[in-house]
Amino acid sequence: MAKFRKKSKETPALSTSSLPDIVFMLLFFFMVSTTMREVEMQVKVDLPSASEAVKLEKKSLVSYIYVGPPTTQNRAKYGDAPRIQLNDSFAQLGLIGEFVASEREKLDERDRPSMTISLKADSKTKMGIITDVKQALRRANALNLSYAAKRPGGAE
Amino acid sequence: MARKTPDINAGSMADIAFLLLIFFLVTTTMNVDSGISRTLPPLVDNPQDDGIKVKERNSLQVRVSGNDMVLVGGQRVALRQVKDLAKEFATFGPEQEHLPEKEEKEIPLIGVFNVSKGIISLQNDRSTSYEAYLAVQNELTKAYNELRNEFSHRYFGKDFSELNADERKAVLTAVPTRISEAEPVDLTGKK
Repeated sequence: MAKFRKKSKETPALSTSSLPDIVFMLLFFFMVSTTMREVEMQVKVDLPSASEAVKLEKKSLVSYIYVGPPTTQNRAKYGDAPRIQLNDSFAQLGLIGEFVASEREKLDERDRPSMTISLKADSKTKMGIITDVKQALRRANALNLSYAAKRPGGAE
Repeated sequence: MARKTPDINAGSMADIAFLLLIFFLVTTTMNVDSGISRTLPPLVDNPQDDGIKVKERNSLQVRVSGNDMVLVGGQRVALRQVKDLAKEFATFGPEQEHLPEKEEKEIPLIGVFNVSKGIISLQNDRSTSYEAYLAVQNELTKAYNELRNEFSHRYFGKDFSELNADERKAVLTAVPTRISEAEPVDLTGKK
């Protein structure tokens, strides 16, 4: 009886040795799901909102074209007329064909027809430049276009 | 002589992991890209050639003017009216005098169905703002989405989003998105 009582007196310490495992699991989840912002934004893009916007499937097939006024730090150099950004830098319209070709090159042969261009344009942009971009895309035969928009209520 | 190696204190392991975790939590942007999808028409060699001539009753002219006014069939309308006008125009069902012609098509799962031949022609100026343009595109998309939903309810008794791939394909054939964007016109006089 005495032996029995002795045992129940000490509460065993809660083992925390599995805590790192749990945390590591969470860590890996976030590491995998993280997409570091892959491009440096040179233009300011404030997306318009559209209630019918649908999620883009297959991110790997999507290439982005940004259109908007230069960001504040670029404004002194480039003015505030809307410009086109491809990858990391400003581009002229003529470069869109090349851009599309190089993006297409990156994809698998069978994925190429379903390549999509997501046009991220600032809502204050005039259609002139957008039309030019669209014409350039048609010339480059990149016909799947998605007008990027945020859904009202959604974060982005 | 085996010296006892002291246990490495694993207690701080959790801290390190937490630190990394917090770093990734902060830098993660789980942004889902959303947008309105459109398929651009392939470039025609001769811009003078209008392509296929469309009968007047088969086309609905939607125009977003330079100062963001919306004109449907030449009449100025409010943005929220666009959806209903487009819906009425592109609706399915029996042939009607004032609506676009219907074309009989054999569709799997549905059978012979009158597919509307109506084309919504969307035009804009160079000075139209992107916001207004996209708002109209959004309304047109909404019109088609609602039509498809009505159609799926009638034939399958479900929402369009609940249909399987084959049913979805059938609905898309019966109610196709037909938005034509005219070759850009330049009314401002400068390039």
